[in-house]
Amino acid sequence: MMAPPPLGLIAELTHRCPLSCPYCSNPLELERASTELDTETWRRVLDQASAIGILQIHFTGGEPLVRRDLPELVRHASALGLYTNIITSGVTLDDRAMAALTSAGVDHIQLSFQDSDAAGNDMIGDSRGAFAKKQAAAARIRQAGLPLTVNFVVHRENVARVPQMIDMAEALHAERTEIAHVQYYGWGLVNRAALLPTRAQLEAATEAVEAARLRLAGRMVIDYVVPDYHAARPKACMGGWAQRFINISPSGRAMPCHAAETLPGFVFPSVRETTLSDIWHKADAFLRFRGTAWMREPCRSCDRREIDWGGCRCQAFALLGDLTATDPACELSPDHGVMQAAVRESGPGAYVFRRIEKARVT
Amino acid sequence: MTADTLASPIPTLGRGHKFRFDQVRGAWVILGPERMFVPDEHAVEVLKLIDGTRSVDAIAADLAARFAAPAEQIRADVQTMLADLASRGAVKL
Ligand code: SF4
Ligand code: SF4
Repeated sequence: MMAPPPLGLIAELTHRCPLSCPYCSNPLELERASTELDTETWRRVLDQASAIGILQIHFTGGEPLVRRDLPELVRHASALGLYTNIITSGVTLDDRAMAALTSAGVDHIQLSFQDSDAAGNDMIGDSRGAFAKKQAAAARIRQAGLPLTVNFVVHRENVARVPQMIDMAEALHAERTEIAHVQYYGWGLVNRAALLPTRAQLEAATEAVEAARLRLAGRMVIDYVVPDYHAARPKACMGGWAQRFINISPSGRAMPCHAAETLPGFVFPSVRETTLSDIWHKADAFLRFRGTAWMREPCRSCDRREIDWGGCRCQAFALLGDLTATDPACELSPDHGVMQAAVRESGPGAYVFRRIEKARVT
Repeated sequence: MTADTLASPIPTLGRGHKFRFDQVRGAWVILGPERMFVPDEHAVEVLKLIDGTRSVDAIAADLAARFAAPAEQIRADVQTMLADLASRGAVKL
């Protein structure tokens, strides 16, 4: 049976970034600039993406704006009829960059903030002055007439300010706000103890989001992503393994999700040698956990198996060392206790900031 | 033109939304920030007529003529459908 076509391509153009967030979901071994795909290869990938039915391109990183060819890639994708989304920290989105992206036909920009005030924002991104630059970037996006999504990643230290974050998004006239609790992969997992909110913090944040949704109905959409650690059921990671997305790393490795490169026993095909069509329809890395055939109990006979697809494979491996186990975020998992243990062990502490020096030289 | 048509709002696609035919799926799709959906065939006929100049009434009149259907009924259907698309951000009324 042919899998239905993928919806989205996540193009991680680079791992370079001016910020150093300790919850960055990039891998610990960041890829260096010298290994990045060139413009020509990305153009070919975009052609293939359109041909296999991909509808949306998410240009991300790291910081996609550090790639000089970003406007050219946006233009190429737009000409193919692809919906172009840029996920940026905004600190380098100056007038020139904004003008180049607007004329290239970008459809949507998602701008991240690390907090609702300059002190918190610049501390967690480890970059002084970043907050002011992001505010300016938001204004430029508005002036260009583009839709704006403002994204906040929340954790123990800033979660109390969710109401202020939403107020700020409203003041910036954002159409959408994302309040996303840290997801514990990559650097986030390294810093889990210091980042995990308490259950009381989580509940207060959830209440704040629900109240704001009522107040802002019809004016601003608020998307809310909760942490697995206080949940009873896992998330459908990426909408199911290899069901909706192809993620391409800066050096061209294609994966069903950006965290998948931590998984052992996989060969992720490179877009340098393999077409997206073969990757989606034939690569073992995509077929292995697509659907439900790989499942064991309790997932195999569970009526939610096609809703959450057994949760996240990367989390099952990271926390249990077992790729085919039920995601421990699920209450039905015999290993659910590891989540509660992590919550018990969490508390204020120092961060390991994301640094590229740890990068692998390949 | 009656006062009624003058007052009829002119719908446009929501900011950041695109409506296009996808060859691979053989279907019309609406694309927007972090979302995509496949409108049903009735919505597709309405969406095709949204061009930033036609009013809701003009769209309803066009469809009523084309499908030889009662105008009042069609107008009510078009209004409900557009309100639904507007609540999802895909259309601005
Ligand atoms: S999470 Fe922070 S460090 Fe990581 S890519 Fe985004 S802005 Fe850069
Ligand atoms: S048992 Fe598996 S399929 Fe059922 S809810 Fe838990 S993770 Fe999902």
